[in-house]
Amino acid sequence: MKKAIRMDEKDNVATALVGLVVGDMVEVISAKQEVMQQVTANDALPLGHKIALANIPKGATVTKYGATIGKAAKDISVGDYVHIHNVRSDRLPLTEHMLGLQ
Amino acid sequence: MEFQGFERPNGLVGVRNTVLVMALCDCGEPAARQMAEGIDGAVAVTQYQGCIAMETVPTLVGVARNPNVAATLLVAMGCEGLQPEPIREEIARAGKPVEVVNIQEIGSTRGAIARGRQIVQEMTARVARQDRKPFDVSSLVVGVKCGGSDTTSGIAANPAIGAMSDMLVDAGAAVVMIEPIEAIGAEEPLAARAANEQVRQEVLQWVGNEEKRWTVPGASVDFMCRGNIEGGLTTLEEKSLGAIHKSGHRPIKGVLKNRQDYLETVPPGGGFYLQEGIHVELHAMTHMAAAGVHIIVFATGRGGSFGHAICPLVKVTGNPETWARMSEDMDVNASTIMEGRESIESVGQRIFDEVVAVASGKQTIGEQLGFYNFAVWKRDPRLEALLGLK
Repeated sequence: MKKAIRMDEKDNVATALVGLVVGDMVEVISAKQEVMQQVTANDALPLGHKIALANIPKGATVTKYGATIGKAAKDISVGDYVHIHNVRSDRLPLTEHMLGLQ
Repeated sequence: MEFQGFERPNGLVGVRNTVLVMALCDCGEPAARQMAEGIDGAVAVTQYQGCIAMETVPTLVGVARNPNVAATLLVAMGCEGLQPEPIREEIARAGKPVEVVNIQEIGSTRGAIARGRQIVQEMTARVARQDRKPFDVSSLVVGVKCGGSDTTSGIAANPAIGAMSDMLVDAGAAVVMIEPIEAIGAEEPLAARAANEQVRQEVLQWVGNEEKRWTVPGASVDFMCRGNIEGGLTTLEEKSLGAIHKSGHRPIKGVLKNRQDYLETVPPGGGFYLQEGIHVELHAMTHMAAAGVHIIVFATGRGGSFGHAICPLVKVTGNPETWARMSEDMDVNASTIMEGRESIESVGQRIFDEVVAVASGKQTIGEQLGFYNFAVWKRDPRLEALLGLK
């Protein structure tokens, strides 16, 4: 099964260890390599990109490495691709040019 | 746990027995190279910032006082602003053998090279007689650094190096990280690790000063780039958290000052420290060497083929493709994390074991190649003054 890694137990996103296509069943492992849960990919995403492990309502915190990496800019569902289209930094807003890159 | 090291007169322990031939500025460098050429155990270096770069003096002195250096020959042209005598005295104060060859005083470049070679041969012959002795790993000081980063760095190599950092600190050793630019966006979680309120303020200042240096109006630098976003990094917070992960999770005991006229070394007693300085690879490594770091663990996604003149470099890649293409250039493979085959802790343990083996004399790949890079960064005192940085 394809795998994604959850870096910290507080995280609500996992990082894909291989590219995913829509409908992929993904095994989520911890840093200790324990299998934590399974999620179904709602979107395609490349290796190193993130998939939601829980529903994250608009305005809620997105957590990776056990720390805040930004806020949901729209409602995110479990299994969704999580990237610049649906997350905003609290620290440094991306320029329009950067937002067009995804 | 023990490693086999070299005892120094000042009570410190080295993991190498290098004879350093240091030209005080570029003018003397070709002569210094010829003084060391072909002599086993001798390495020639200089700083490339010109002969009035007084800001480099604390770094040069610190490097010569690094416990991996057994003895130093300073090579002076004679007319440089960096006069050899005060530098020699500072090095000698650490109990280290140090001599000077002054080309203009000798009055002949060829004569100076011949005199220099004679001194270097005597020094290397003397240090070759010294045997390694067992010391506890708590004597070790290890630097952590990343470069050539890619998508895998924040998931595999940096977290595994972080696990190693925690193991070292738990064993009583010291760990140092120098990249303040990498912490911009992750200052709060980092500051939360400060051992006390004073250190917390120092951590915030360490990051805050660096942000000011790179956001001068009209000359700002983008902290997020196209490659970051294409690699899957969504925000600056995420990027920085991935970078600082190599520092582990233990309390921050202090921020080592690295200023125009002085450079703090790692205090005895172990623990995790931050250091002021630049993040650029070889310059950063030289700063860490000047602070007393023995070995540097370097995370690289894309690969890298350099070494460092003072600190053996343990290269770790988390990228399976880089491992497949460049495995003979990598000291540790962390790509098993990306393949879901090995835990972060398990790779961290392998890096720890490699560091201890290198401390006991195992040659890194950079050393096998005979690569001894060296570069010195010069602080810009005008920028510091204009920005009013403390």
